[in-house]
Amino acid sequence: MTAVPDIEFRGVAKRYGAVTAVSGIDLAVPPSAFVALLGPSGCGKTTCLRMIGGFEQPSEGQVFIRGQDMAGTPPYRRPVNMVFQQYALFPHLDVEANVSYGLRQARPRLSSREIGQRAGEALEMVRLAGYGGRKIHELSGGQQQRVALARALVNKPAVLLLDEPLAALDKKLRTDMQIELQNLQREIGITFVLVTHDQEEALSMSDFVCVMNGGRIVQLGQPNEIYDEPADLFVADFVGKTNLLAGKVAGHTGELVDVALADGTIIAARKRTALQQGETVSVSLRPESLSLGAPASGPLKGVVRNRIFLGSTAEYAIEVQGIGTLLAKADHLIGQGNLFKPGEPVAIGFATGTPLAFPETKNNGTNQRVNKHVEIIS
Amino acid sequence: MSAGTGTVSMHGNRFRHNFLTALLLAPATVWLVVFLVLPFIAIAVFSVGERAPEGGYQAAFTLAQYANLPARATAFWNTMVLAPVGALACLLVAYPVAYYLALQAPQRWRLILLALVVIPFWTSLLMRTYAWMYILGGRGIPALLAFVGIEDVRLINTPGAVLLGIVYGYLPLMILPIYVSLERLDRRLLEASADLGATPLSTFLGVTLKLSLPGVMTGFSLVMILLLGEYLIPTLLGGGKVFFIGNALVDLFLQSRNWPFGSAIAITLVLVSVVVLIVANRISNRVAGARRVDLI
Repeated sequence: MTAVPDIEFRGVAKRYGAVTAVSGIDLAVPPSAFVALLGPSGCGKTTCLRMIGGFEQPSEGQVFIRGQDMAGTPPYRRPVNMVFQQYALFPHLDVEANVSYGLRQARPRLSSREIGQRAGEALEMVRLAGYGGRKIHELSGGQQQRVALARALVNKPAVLLLDEPLAALDKKLRTDMQIELQNLQREIGITFVLVTHDQEEALSMSDFVCVMNGGRIVQLGQPNEIYDEPADLFVADFVGKTNLLAGKVAGHTGELVDVALADGTIIAARKRTALQQGETVSVSLRPESLSLGAPASGPLKGVVRNRIFLGSTAEYAIEVQGIGTLLAKADHLIGQGNLFKPGEPVAIGFATGTPLAFPETKNNGTNQRVNKHVEIIS
Repeated sequence: MSAGTGTVSMHGNRFRHNFLTALLLAPATVWLVVFLVLPFIAIAVFSVGERAPEGGYQAAFTLAQYANLPARATAFWNTMVLAPVGALACLLVAYPVAYYLALQAPQRWRLILLALVVIPFWTSLLMRTYAWMYILGGRGIPALLAFVGIEDVRLINTPGAVLLGIVYGYLPLMILPIYVSLERLDRRLLEASADLGATPLSTFLGVTLKLSLPGVMTGFSLVMILLLGEYLIPTLLGGGKVFFIGNALVDLFLQSRNWPFGSAIAITLVLVSVVVLIVANRISNRVAGARRVDLI
């Protein structure tokens, strides 16, 4: 299929003076996709979004919207609309006037009947029918969010840009809006590009996740690919919870690499890139891939320090001599009595091939980051 | 019981709090009462009195002074033209300056440029107006123009000179409130407007201008009210040929010593000022949904 991508970056870089915000960005977003740009703050995701919107011009490379090179096209001539962070609703206009703002800019002019009708439909779509006369400051955060959505969507953009749209909402509302946004995207069928630093949000809502770090795209893929097959140490650590164990390459067994951990235990791990004998690596072990059992039944032995019981699952912080604290997550099956108590010795096992070994990349301070999630919960 | 103790100590706190507030407000209150409220009452009383035979005030109760206001209709008319026109001229010059300072000027220059706007205030308006007399007078710009062959240009003692003096003198008062309201403007609103298809011009008219209206109205009413009492600039730069209420007041209080009539005019002037303020407030409330920028 040779459909023209809705959004395409070709070799895009953006520099502010000596500071490079993003570089080497190549990205093609297929039509009708829900794409998340995910990364920590300062990774360049917002810069990319703003280059699509036309608020920043690339220093290098080109941005295409539906095959059109956008170089020199100001924001008001681009077929995209943005839901701004904190919404940027016009405080001097009521809800209806905010929503119809874009329609009133259209040339040739639309009839006031059409403007009123379309604004009404947009408000209905975000379940705010009847709120047209309200002042912006009279609305709750969730309602403002939906006005911002209606204000953008009423113009029937080719692409909807969302800049951290849910960041200002409380947790319950955020979950509701995630579902609502997903439904909206399917209903309207246009491409949504979402910028977020919240990996859970990115994984749960989008069809594709584009993970960014240090101004570059580090991985692009479907949410499960990103989670299961992280491209590098950064993605493994940033997306989802994981345990990162420091070790050295001790040998190779077929496709797998044998890693000697700090305490001398050797585990077999998959690898993404070729690894040298003796090279320092980090091994990623997802908490849910660990199985806990009676002492002497697994390769690693430890003592339960904390238990966080979550109902369907339980999370354990397990101290392993010579390695550190590992986070493990186990399903709680009613009546199976498989809960461990703090102080109890356990053996930690995992299926062959679930650990993933990554070369230590320079300056990312991975050693300090090992088991940071455990530190947070314990 | 512990709740009871809590209530008592809260009362104590509140008392102390109120006392402190009163103490802090006292100097300003005394000042305002002695120099504003009492004189205002005196003026109000004078305005319904009569002129004493040898000048000054003589107790009476009559509205004759107010009935006599049309005698100064010309001064009123001139003032009512000068004040809004002067304020408008000021606004037209001030807005681009404030816009540049708030939205365009590089961050590190902003404070310096703002200081440059305010610094002329350190010299008295009288001095600066005298300076303009010389600049516009026969040996100033006209002499320079004559030097390059443009003869017989008269600048001083023209309405243009008065307007120039007014704009020059009151510009900072107009720039500052507009600057404040533009500076507070959320830049993302401008981006949102552009994102929704508005050209720079319609973004300016539909968002920037409307949201800076509180500042505009503050500056406008501030300058206009001060202009209602202005007589110095027209006298020095306009040749004193056109009479304003300010001139009338000086004349009535200091020359012909008709205090009651002067008071009636002053009271009328205050009422006009109040009306200006109310109208300005209404406008910015309606358009921007916000109150004036309170600088004073």
